[in-house]
Amino acid sequence: MTTFLGSPTFHPGTGNIRGTESFPDAARKALTDTQLRANLGAATTTIRNKRIAAVAEVDDWEELRRAGSALKADVMARLPELLVQFEENVTARGGTVHWARDADEANRIITDLVRATGSDEVVKVKSMATQETGLNEHLEENGIAAIETDLAELIVQLGEDKPSHILVPAIHRNRAEIREIFLNAMPGVDKDITDDPRALAMAARAHLRRKFLSAKVAISGANFGVAETGTLAVVESEGNGRMCLTLPDTLITLMGIEKLVPTFTDLEVFMQLLPRSSTAERMNPYTSMWTGVHPGDGPQNFHVVLLDNGRTNVLADETGRSALHCIRCSACLNVCPVYERAGGHAYGSVYPGPIGAILSPQLTGTTGHDDPNASLPYASTLCGACFDACPVRIDIPSILVHLRAEQVDSERHGLPGGQDLAMKAAGFVMGSEKRFAAAETAAKVGRVLGGRSGRITSLPYPASKWTASRDLPAPPKETFRQWWARTHEDTTR
Amino acid sequence: MRIALFATCLADALFPESATATVRLLERLGHEVVFPPKQTCCGQMHVNTGYQAEALPLVRHHVEAFESGPSWDVAVAPSGSCVGSVRHQHAMVARRYGDESLATRAEDVASRTYELSELLVDVLGVTEVGAYYPHRVTYHPTCHSLRMLRVADKPLQLLRAVRGMTLIELPAAESCCGFGGTFALKNSETSTAMLADKMGNVLSTGAEVCSAGDSSCLMHIGGGLSRLRSGVRTVHLAEILASTEKIGSNA
Repeated sequence: MTTFLGSPTFHPGTGNIRGTESFPDAARKALTDTQLRANLGAATTTIRNKRIAAVAEVDDWEELRRAGSALKADVMARLPELLVQFEENVTARGGTVHWARDADEANRIITDLVRATGSDEVVKVKSMATQETGLNEHLEENGIAAIETDLAELIVQLGEDKPSHILVPAIHRNRAEIREIFLNAMPGVDKDITDDPRALAMAARAHLRRKFLSAKVAISGANFGVAETGTLAVVESEGNGRMCLTLPDTLITLMGIEKLVPTFTDLEVFMQLLPRSSTAERMNPYTSMWTGVHPGDGPQNFHVVLLDNGRTNVLADETGRSALHCIRCSACLNVCPVYERAGGHAYGSVYPGPIGAILSPQLTGTTGHDDPNASLPYASTLCGACFDACPVRIDIPSILVHLRAEQVDSERHGLPGGQDLAMKAAGFVMGSEKRFAAAETAAKVGRVLGGRSGRITSLPYPASKWTASRDLPAPPKETFRQWWARTHEDTTR
Repeated sequence: MRIALFATCLADALFPESATATVRLLERLGHEVVFPPKQTCCGQMHVNTGYQAEALPLVRHHVEAFESGPSWDVAVAPSGSCVGSVRHQHAMVARRYGDESLATRAEDVASRTYELSELLVDVLGVTEVGAYYPHRVTYHPTCHSLRMLRVADKPLQLLRAVRGMTLIELPAAESCCGFGGTFALKNSETSTAMLADKMGNVLSTGAEVCSAGDSSCLMHIGGGLSRLRSGVRTVHLAEILASTEKIGSNA
């Protein structure tokens, strides 16, 4: 079954979901940064262990995961109808719904909305959707300052850096580095500030408080949108979100079209799954929900921008579409051994880690094997830790394998590359026991490479990629097949 | 019981000792082992690299190899990864190319194919296999055994019953070693970084031997340990379980 929402085909390349270099090239830089690797290793190990403990407290965790997965599958199957229902309910309660086909359109709509208020400064709740579209940069180009109010997001913004984690954008920074960033970029910061976490947090708090009290416009993302009521929900830990959602006159929310849940009670499932999976908390400190506008209470102008930006393309792929089930908890990042070493920037997109490896190339589509996003499905050992951690049971390893096959198949019409030839040759040899046995015999010539030690330490390209750091055993004197023939020949028939 | 050995292409060509040990162990336990002679490779490398069209003939070949030749009750492979491929990929590949009858046949073969520790503990009902192995050993539970097959602590149940052996817990045991098939070549630097951490954990145990149920992961870990000239050896689970006082070595 395919689902068509009526949006024209998305043009790949808009927004921050494609980097400029392949994963292996980008990872190489991160791997040589020992401080970065230490920061990442320490942070992911801590949060990983905390999550395991928080999840173990819940007796029906597996049932919750299955419920979350089933709810999301239902949303994907009925997305057009649920979106229309959501729009009707937002409108009926005094909100305005806008539809954005891609990142450019979303940015343009939001910039126009901010301009109409006459304000040149907005406060922002941390939002993956606005990072995806590159909204901050777009606002800045149009003379509007966007101030991130999530502490980690603020660190990244002041450091003129990029987030490297969905939940903990400054995971790659330690407190000494954060102190330096504050000293350099935070107005009015105490020059004698220490790197004590409390001192750093208080400085950020004082800085942000001034912004909350003066801002007329806030921009948020949304964790969930409820089709039945037109309600939006944001889940956060610092209270900055609540400030943004309640104090300004105008609230603009950018939400990916996949973020819907059908009914208000469905939130029950996700409000249990999300905090334990993301921050290893039983409950997140602040859950804000709002429905339309209410005279004299909270924002008086409310807009929601519904973003496609490639999502209907993902929806059209039956195997890959469950990537849209993602609730952005980042549990898969924290358990991924590849993310732990290479860090988030290596993925090029604002969606790093295992979910990014399947979501980004599906959102943008890929233009051939030189497309940086084409390297993402290969940025995994298929160890499966991400699937086990995922609160909505997205089978990331299977989707990675599926996307790899799509990638290879999409290039079959061209000239075969080295990998194609190697795979075809291996397939030919393995396709017959006689050819395989002959190849084994031929490989024994390799015994000389092993010399007296029996270890091969250097091979030509591409095998040099192996021998750069690993020895290879020389082929044995006798293959298993030969041993079997020698010891069990008469029993074979 | 009549047990068909799925030797796996890697063990057949490069690590025959894991397959010969599997045969010796099962025969010692009183079972008849047969070797379907047509078998080659399960095609996992092709599937995992995106070459499913190239994997399809290998899936068909594997199914035919185990349907033809000597009859058998159950099949066993000394590899969690290859059994994972047979169980979770063969029918999927067949269906991708619309071959429903091959998918059904593949499911039949898969339903009777076990990883070594699964066969011993779940099917044959033994944890004490009469092994003797007087060494300090640490065990790496390979990703596909752990998460594709859910063998849980079956290998450890078997190892704990080995006489003369000191089993030392491996820190961060469930972290991937960084092999991942062609990942080790395509993302060589990341793979090496993962390997470095795995080796550090292995060395921290002070064990003489690092064991696992997959020759592929051991090839990776062992290749790194050899490059370091660490003196720590990698030995397949089957070899430890096949060792006895009488033989005293892996002859």
